[in-house]
Amino acid sequence: MHEMSLAEGILQLIEDSARQQSFARVSTVWLEIGQLAGVEVEAMKFCFDVVTRDSLADGARLEIIALPGTGWCMQCSMTVPMTEVFGECPQCGSHQLHVTGGTEMRVKELEVA
Amino acid sequence: MCTTCGCGAGEVKIDGEHAHHEHDHVHADGTTHKHDHDHDHDHDHQHAAAATHEHPHAHAHPHSYAPAHSHAPGVSTKRMVQIEQDILSKNNAYAAENRQHLVERGIFALNLVSSPGSGKTTLLVKTIEMLDGRQRVAVIEGDQQTSQDAERIRATGAPAIQINTGKGCHLDAHMVGRAMGKLELPEDSMLMIENVGNLVCPAAFDLGEAHKVVILSVTEGEDKPIKYPDMFRAATLMLMNKCDLLPHLTFSVPRAIEFARRVNPGIEVIEVSATTGQGMDAWLAWLEGGAAAANAAKLATVDALKRRIAELEARLPAAASSRS
Repeated sequence: MHEMSLAEGILQLIEDSARQQSFARVSTVWLEIGQLAGVEVEAMKFCFDVVTRDSLADGARLEIIALPGTGWCMQCSMTVPMTEVFGECPQCGSHQLHVTGGTEMRVKELEVA
Repeated sequence: MCTTCGCGAGEVKIDGEHAHHEHDHVHADGTTHKHDHDHDHDHDHQHAAAATHEHPHAHAHPHSYAPAHSHAPGVSTKRMVQIEQDILSKNNAYAAENRQHLVERGIFALNLVSSPGSGKTTLLVKTIEMLDGRQRVAVIEGDQQTSQDAERIRATGAPAIQINTGKGCHLDAHMVGRAMGKLELPEDSMLMIENVGNLVCPAAFDLGEAHKVVILSVTEGEDKPIKYPDMFRAATLMLMNKCDLLPHLTFSVPRAIEFARRVNPGIEVIEVSATTGQGMDAWLAWLEGGAAAANAAKLATVDALKRRIAELEARLPAAASSRS
């Protein structure tokens, strides 16, 4: 979803950081994206390339660290792995799951010059 | 251009605002300077296959150079910079500002989301009419183009401001903050933000509202909640609109509710028809309950502040006498 806006958000974070930390070029960007964040990695890479053209991150490599989806099953009272936001508990099949991890969308670090 | 949703930026228009923007450039050598553009546009857009632009700009460029050379030539200065920031942190910061502004003034704000054509604007018009002045309502309308929806709201007598997002597929908190400034919302009123018709992108963008309300019309598929789970998960209330048409459709209300609860076990549901008025009483009661809660929260904050000031004032003479 909305990968273009996210890519613009990433570029803004990079530009803010460039001002604070005085660097002029970015060669690699590491993102942490949760499995349940609804982000299409291929669309994100495409949009990132478009948005960063002629910026300080032009041509930068985008590395995506996938974080697993987890949820709290109210029936089993335990943390279970989730692959979809409306998934069912792999233990008991209940939909009474509360997502506890995997919705992250974070810029982790940059390699800069 | 995003292949997923056609989202783009840079073409946002808010009623009564002129284009003005400021750039910060960072050059390859580390030099930064700031442009302050004051655009005096004379648009001549002919967007065809061969796009021709004619922008005679009147630029005022106060440049301020700040060279920041920290490297010796020829020495590689590659290094790692920790960021650890949420991609949406900028939006979330604006949303927090909006929320604080609203809560401090006891304003009950809702972010209305749905697919295009679910009847959001008709529902809003009916809602404002039925509230009949018991609550002051202001509306922010988001659409890619045209101000038709804002005009429909203004016809009810309620103030409305249109945001055109251009290519953008959702409203963001910064746009809404600017529009709120123009509306000059009175205390203890309601603010309805009608988002761009889109069941995907607006889910991720907090605008500072108290609740997201998702509108699902019964002419759509009953499986929409599981097809677009993010939106139904983000919403507090689902309004099932156009219920007067149910006799003509195969839409199963219990199945739609079951799908919505599968994604969001706590979601509330009200069945309404903006055309016949069916279920509108329950919706109005929900709204007035929310408005009363917003008002009570404001008073609690005000009372807490008054108590705090009284406490501090009580300590003042004591502090003064202990010094002397």
